[in-house]
Amino acid sequence: MDISIVSLVATLIVAATPILLAATGELIVEKSGVLNLGVEGMMIIGAISGFIAAVNTGSPLMGFIAAAAAGAVLALLFAILTQVLLANQVASGLALTLFGLGLAALLGHSYAGIKPPSTPKMEWMGLADIPVVGPILFNHDLMVYFSILLVTLVWVFLKFTRGGLILRAVGENHDAAHALGYKVVRIRTLAILFGGACAGLGGAYLSLIRVPQWTEGMTAGAGWIALAIVVFASWKPWRLILGAYLFGGVTILQLNLQANGVDIPVSYLSMAPYLVTILVLVIMSADRTRASLNAPASLGKIFHASS
Amino acid sequence: MTLITLNGLTKAYPGVIANDDVSFDIDKGEVHALLGENGAGKSTLVKMIYGLVKPDSGQMTFNGEIFAPAEPRAARIAGVAMVFQHFSLFEALNVAENIALGMENPPKPNVLSEQIRNVSTKYGLTLDPDRLVGDLSVGERQRVEIIRCLLQDPKLLIMDEPTSVLTPQEVDVLFTTLRRLRDEGTSILYISHKLEEIKALCERATILRHGKVVGTCVPKDETAKSMAEMMVGAKLKTPKKSATKFGAPLLVVENMSQKSIDPFGTSLKNITFNLRAGEVMGVAGVAGNGQDELMLALSGETLTDAESVKLEGAFMGQSGPVERRLRGLLTAPEERLGHAAAPDMSLTENTLLSGFQRQKLGRRGFVNKAGAAAFAQKIIEEFDVRTPSVRNTAKSLSGGNLQKFVVGREVLQNPTVFIVNQPTWGVDAAAAASIRQALLELASGGAGVLVISQDLDELMEISDTFAVLSEGNMSTPRPAKGVTVEEIGLMMGGTKV
Repeated sequence: MDISIVSLVATLIVAATPILLAATGELIVEKSGVLNLGVEGMMIIGAISGFIAAVNTGSPLMGFIAAAAAGAVLALLFAILTQVLLANQVASGLALTLFGLGLAALLGHSYAGIKPPSTPKMEWMGLADIPVVGPILFNHDLMVYFSILLVTLVWVFLKFTRGGLILRAVGENHDAAHALGYKVVRIRTLAILFGGACAGLGGAYLSLIRVPQWTEGMTAGAGWIALAIVVFASWKPWRLILGAYLFGGVTILQLNLQANGVDIPVSYLSMAPYLVTILVLVIMSADRTRASLNAPASLGKIFHASS
Repeated sequence: MTLITLNGLTKAYPGVIANDDVSFDIDKGEVHALLGENGAGKSTLVKMIYGLVKPDSGQMTFNGEIFAPAEPRAARIAGVAMVFQHFSLFEALNVAENIALGMENPPKPNVLSEQIRNVSTKYGLTLDPDRLVGDLSVGERQRVEIIRCLLQDPKLLIMDEPTSVLTPQEVDVLFTTLRRLRDEGTSILYISHKLEEIKALCERATILRHGKVVGTCVPKDETAKSMAEMMVGAKLKTPKKSATKFGAPLLVVENMSQKSIDPFGTSLKNITFNLRAGEVMGVAGVAGNGQDELMLALSGETLTDAESVKLEGAFMGQSGPVERRLRGLLTAPEERLGHAAAPDMSLTENTLLSGFQRQKLGRRGFVNKAGAAAFAQKIIEEFDVRTPSVRNTAKSLSGGNLQKFVVGREVLQNPTVFIVNQPTWGVDAAAAASIRQALLELASGGAGVLVISQDLDELMEISDTFAVLSEGNMSTPRPAKGVTVEEIGLMMGGTKV
């Protein structure tokens, strides 16, 4: 077998980044007490919007900005449905995913087979030439570092700032937060928009860097994995990185095994990351007491100001 | 000196006028009581003072100036603080975080912790700022709310039913704190159902009925009964029990232990007692000491060792609720909306849910809707449940009416053993008296009745024997006659008497 650990780790980081971006956004959304199952839809809308913008402007940066905006616009639809019109969050989220997939296919009709402008890698003044560490840590594009920075910022926000405390309070007990005078709907709407923007970025990373190409349905379940990883991380930002990289690792490993012609049917290998995710989720929720301690207590509940 | 004046406050909701031309004032350094039955409009009124609800008409002055808070923030800045009936706390956050959330400009965490320690020592309210609120007892949770208010230096402190969940000793601590605040010049608006407490604490009282002020009084010059009658607007009867002869043990619980499924719950430890025919056993205890878990284990919603529960000689620990119901063990849990009754289902359907087997309201998998409706109608008539018809949903009933329905539904199924948790929680005086009367009549008819409650006065009134739940342990039941409130208070705090 010919699998290089160094290139494996380097590629798994790339494979994990879209999921990490989307999961970070969803973490904030869920911390505010909203369950948005539309991550997959917002990702693919981000993927096609980013792709269109990047191809037409020639700038990957414009692509990412457009992707974040498009994800946020779709999320705004979800926010209006669930926060203003008090629609069921699960049903609205599922609808958002299906709507996003369909709309993206429509928008992307004439963009199949085009190559997007390539995103340059970050220059670390030769650090990339260091053996082993160089290719793993210092040979990536800007978005990889941005995703790590984003997790750090989210961690700082949740743990140390008053805004983070209010966000957690709203997700914990929206009635109490309302009684204390916090604007539950406004805070949740902002969280949902942030989640949408992050999912859009994750989608654009797929179409502009990871693949890079537009194909219909190219997110292929990445949004669902991002949702699962939030639970896997028990709503703690640092564990998102662990979860995303673990998933990325299994994905890359199975690709490598396939490429090396290991004598296992391909279908088993491509199932593997999802099976591992399910397995980890089962293990994580085995201790029901601990699992329910970590979850935001108002998660998925509809808030109706009755005063 | 007047601190706050309310002038002609009116607030209407679709179909009901919550407050109708309410006017009164509170002096500086006065403890003012607000009395009234459920639905009399007390909550709406204090929400208007706290800026959560805007009045339709009328106005308030605070310290001589027009006062119309648009949101709680504005009220807090003016100097109004409020301790809520259902605490506005966040279980997964710690004490300091909870307090910071209720403040306008909280200091840095370490400074805040220091302030919390200072205030808690000053007023004798022990509290550790770093503990998770979910791990605190109800009394400690209330301290969090009070300290949150005190740190803002309030001029007016509103307390909505603060003592309904406290032990007598905790009530004493609270009253000491409140008197001290009053002496320092803080005004307190005090809402409570407990009239003895109002006599002990308050200088003046305003009484609301159906949203209108129907009277004011000086509580010291009144009796609890006279104030209750002013609230209800009618004479009250005290429930009476005929005989106190006990028959054979009906329900024998032996060494029942059960780990709680709730991360913040209390596990049951070696619960042992006998409930005899004709006996009303009262189980006291502060909320969160295992009441919910005991209820679940007795109803069969959680299963325990087969031998730990014996109903008329048969081991039932491993039998679910349906089997227990068939054998005559009926229960009415505390949470009436969502646990005892399905909110969006009609009263007929709710009757079916608990009476299906025992009242034979179904055959070969089909429901007997007419039979169920007739049974629901019977409950409504015999228990004076006020509702337009049996087709109305459970959630459309007021708390007191639904409670009468829930208790009546079980009582009319002729239970051998009836277990009820908080039978009159949040129910007004007249309805509470009729529910208690029904429980006593049930026992007189030869059933065993177990009443879990936090209302000591209620337990003293109806119980033959008396036990206390504390941290999942149950004391040995003893005759209720001769037990003093002080003793019970000590037992509730975990002391063996």
